[in-house]
Amino acid sequence: MKHIALTLLLAAALPALADRLPLPADTPASYQAECGNCHLAYPPALLSAGDWQRVMAGLNDHFATDAAVDAKKWQEITAFLERHAGNAGKLGSAGDPPRISTTARFVRKHREVPAKLWHDPRVKTAANCESCHRGAADGNYSEHDIAIRELKR
Amino acid sequence: MRVLPVLCLLLASVTAHAETAQQIGHTYATEAAAGQAGFMPSAKRGETLFRQRFAHNDKMPACTSCHTDSPLNAGQHAVTGKTIRPLAVAANPERFVDPAKVEKWFGRNCKEVVGRACTPAEKADFVAFMSEVR
Repeated sequence: MKHIALTLLLAAALPALADRLPLPADTPASYQAECGNCHLAYPPALLSAGDWQRVMAGLNDHFATDAAVDAKKWQEITAFLERHAGNAGKLGSAGDPPRISTTARFVRKHREVPAKLWHDPRVKTAANCESCHRGAADGNYSEHDIAIRELKR
Repeated sequence: MRVLPVLCLLLASVTAHAETAQQIGHTYATEAAAGQAGFMPSAKRGETLFRQRFAHNDKMPACTSCHTDSPLNAGQHAVTGKTIRPLAVAANPERFVDPAKVEKWFGRNCKEVVGRACTPAEKADFVAFMSEVR
């Protein structure tokens, strides 16, 4: 009996340890086309529903870019992000405008990254997940698969 | 027998969506000619537009800020660092095949980089350059 409990616990813990954040199966094509062309199509679990709503409400001035989409796509993308949003309590505040990289979860997960590396020309910005997490597009954020040598572990 | 016309219709509706860069360029050229008799698209003018620096956006003053000096190369978004596949048809056959997508990106990027909407003539020239550059 103890065995089963242990196995279950392990099975539950493993995906978290591996930092797998693949896009949900019901990701609309518009999310990839409208959001994922300028930056990685971020996993919706990385912001809370309230923060995604704030992002979607300000698309015409989205980090100094007009990223507005038509009404149909707006509905589709907003509903998708709300459906798969992360837990606000666990993520922590994303600031205003909301940024994934401001959430306590993101900061904690990246606490070992030296400050100067964020401005390294290979990285440019914290928005550029794929510069370090080369498997990010497939949902692989494992700390054991980092593209930058100085950060390998 | 009744199936054939339906099939043809289906096929036509499927293929109608994908266009060639020539067709997309032609649509813009026709639009441009309506306001400017005798307009002919020019790949050379398109290249000049591609390389022109505009005093509108510090982070991306020109098309080349993200798309590099050669449209045959993959580029990188000047702000987010995201890889951008080549613009030139010779290097990326998926470019300029979907009129709605082309119009969307002219809309976004002209506003952001040039600081205004691009004219049909500019779009026709730009498409001509991207279709011909080797």
